[in-house]
Amino acid sequence: MLRVEIEKCIGCGECESACTFGAIVVEDGKAVVDADTCTMCGTCVDACPEDALELDRESGAGPGIDLDEWRGVWVTAEYRFGSTAPVTFELLGKGRQLADDLGVALTAVLMGSGVSEHASELIHRGADRVLLVDHPELENFRDEIFARILARLAREEKPEVILAGATAMGRSYIPQVATMLETGLTADCTELAVRMEDRALLQTRPAFGGNLLATIVCPAHRPQMSTVRPHVLKALEADTSRQGEIVRVPLSDDDLKARVKVLESVMEESDGPGLADAEIVIAAGRGMESEKNMEMVHELASLLDAGVGASRAVTDAEWLPHRAQIGQTGVTISPKLYLGCGISGAIQHVVGIQGSDMIVAINKDPDAPIFDLATYGIVGDVKEILPLLIKRIRQERGA
Amino acid sequence: MKIAVCIKQVPDASTVRFDKEKGTLVREGVESVINPFDYNAIEAGLSLRDQFGGEVSVVTMGPPQASEAVKEAISLGVDGGVVVSDRAFAGADTLATTYTLAKAIEKLGQFDLVICGKQAIDGDTAQVGPGLAVRLNIPCVTCVDELEAIDDGKRLRLKRMCEQGYDMVEVELPALVTVLASLNTPRVPSLKGKMRARKTEVPIMNAEDIGADVSRVGLAGSPTQVASTTIPTFDARREMLEGEPEQQVDALVDRLKEAGIL
Repeated sequence: MLRVEIEKCIGCGECESACTFGAIVVEDGKAVVDADTCTMCGTCVDACPEDALELDRESGAGPGIDLDEWRGVWVTAEYRFGSTAPVTFELLGKGRQLADDLGVALTAVLMGSGVSEHASELIHRGADRVLLVDHPELENFRDEIFARILARLAREEKPEVILAGATAMGRSYIPQVATMLETGLTADCTELAVRMEDRALLQTRPAFGGNLLATIVCPAHRPQMSTVRPHVLKALEADTSRQGEIVRVPLSDDDLKARVKVLESVMEESDGPGLADAEIVIAAGRGMESEKNMEMVHELASLLDAGVGASRAVTDAEWLPHRAQIGQTGVTISPKLYLGCGISGAIQHVVGIQGSDMIVAINKDPDAPIFDLATYGIVGDVKEILPLLIKRIRQERGA
Repeated sequence: MKIAVCIKQVPDASTVRFDKEKGTLVREGVESVINPFDYNAIEAGLSLRDQFGGEVSVVTMGPPQASEAVKEAISLGVDGGVVVSDRAFAGADTLATTYTLAKAIEKLGQFDLVICGKQAIDGDTAQVGPGLAVRLNIPCVTCVDELEAIDDGKRLRLKRMCEQGYDMVEVELPALVTVLASLNTPRVPSLKGKMRARKTEVPIMNAEDIGADVSRVGLAGSPTQVASTTIPTFDARREMLEGEPEQQVDALVDRLKEAGIL
C-alpha cells in the first residue's frame, strides 16, 4: 500500500507528474492515492522532495536469505533439433558483460542428450565454465525434468543471476524453476544491467502493452532470474582460443521422474526465410486494406528474398498466420531492412522492430507514429507505391 | 472430468490510449474484457465436459468487478466460478499470483485438469500457468495447439508448439495446460447462459477464505519490484521522401542501393 504522510506533504505535485498511471493527484493541497490504479511502482516515492510517500513493504522484507552467499552469473543453453539456439550465444554475450561487472564467473548450463560436443562452443562464446548435463533421458524437452535439474543445481551452487531465452521452451520451464526456488522472474527483458551498489540486476522490459518500459529488480531474493527475447542482445564472435572448464553433472533416478511422455518431436520446414532470421522483412499493416492486396507484399518479398511479417491487425484478420506477427506479443526482428507497408506504428508493434538497421515506412497518414522512427518515410498509398517499387526493383535486377 | 479454468480480466487493448504529453495511460473509458487466450481455455474446458461430463469452474484473481468476467464465462456455459479478491493481493507479481491461485484452487477441491490461456495480454509474461502447476504439484504442458483426451479421459494427448516445430506429448491427469488461440474457436454465449449468468451471485473469496499466508500474497509476497518506468523514445533519423509516387520510389531505390541492400 502506498501511504501519504499528510503532515509532510506540501502539495507540490511532483508525485502527480511522476506517476505514469495517473494514480496520485494533488487535491486541496495534499497528495491523494487512488488505490485501484496504483501499481505500487514507487516512482512517486523517489520523486517526492519531502519524503512524504512511503510504500508499505514491511511484511515483504524478504525470506531472510544471505544475499552474499549467492555469486556468479548463469546462462541456460537451449539445445533443440540438433543445434544450439542462437539466443544462447546472445545471452552469453550479455552474461559475459554482467559477470565482468560483478567480478564473477560466467557459467553456461547445457542440458540434453549427446550434447557434450557442443559444450566447448559455449566457452568460445564467453562462458568460463559449462555445467554439462548429458543424458539419454534428456533427448526430448520435458518441463518437469529440465526444471527440477536446474532448480537443484541452483540450490547447490547459488548463482546470483540466471538468464534464459524467452523461447517456447524457456518460457515454459523457467517459470517453474523460479517457483521452485521461490524467487522473482522477469519475462521478455530487452535490456539487462547491474547496479553495483547492491549488485541488483536491472531488468528492463516493455510493460502495459509496450507503452512503458519498466525496470524490474528482485532485491531480497536469489537468484535473480530473467528471460530475454531472441534477437535483442548481441552475441560475441566465437573465440576458439578461449579456455574454460567443463563440469559433468551426474543425475539420479529422482532427477528423471516425469509424468509427461514425448511421443515425437517434429521439426517443420518453414516457407521462405524465417521471419526472425530474415535480412529483409516486409511487414504488412491494416493499411493493406484487403487480403487480395497482400499479393503485392508477397511478390515484393519473393523478389527480395525477404521474410513477411505483420502487425496484430493483419494476423487477427488472418491475412497471415499468427506466427507472422511482429511485436510485443509476437516475434522480435533485427533485419538489415524493415519495410512497413500500411503500418501505423503502434507501440505494440514497434517494440519488435527497434533492432532493425534501417526502417522504411509507407503510410497514407503523415502523422502515423511509425514515421517518428523511420529512417526513410514515404507518405502515400501502398497500393500505388508497392507496384511501382516492384517494377523499379525488377528493372534494377534486369539491368 | 472436473476442470478449473484460470481467467483474467484485462484492459481492452483497443480502448487503451496513451497521453504522450502527460506521459500517462488514459484509464478512463477503458473497458475490461476477458483475456483473449482465456476464451480458448474456457472452450477447451467446455468441449471436454461435453465429451466426458463433469463440470467446469472458472477462477479469477482481481478486483471485485472481475465478477463480470466470471458471469461472462457462465454465459458461455461454465458451471460456476469465483473471484479471488482482497486488498492484500494488490501489487502481486507472478510468484505471489501463483501462490494465491493455488490456494484458491486447493480450497475449491480436487481438479483433474487446470487450463490457462497462453498468456495475459496486459502483462504478456506467460509465467502464471507453469508456476501454478508447480504449486499444485501437477505436470504442465504449455503452448497447446491440439488437445485430445484418451484412455476414457485419464490422459491427454497434446500437440505442443515451439519455434522450430512441435512435440506430440501425453500427460496423465491431473495436469495443467496452457492453450494457444489456434486450439479452437470459442463458442458464443447462449440466451440460456446469459439468463443464468444474470441470476448468478458470484462468490468472492478473500485471503482468509482461501487460507493464504498474507506475507506470501500481493506486494508483500512478490520478489520482483518495479524500480522505475520510462516512456520509450526512439532515435529518429527520419528523412521523408517527397514528390510524386514515381519520385518517391526512385529516391527509395537510390537509398537502398547506397546501403548495399539492392
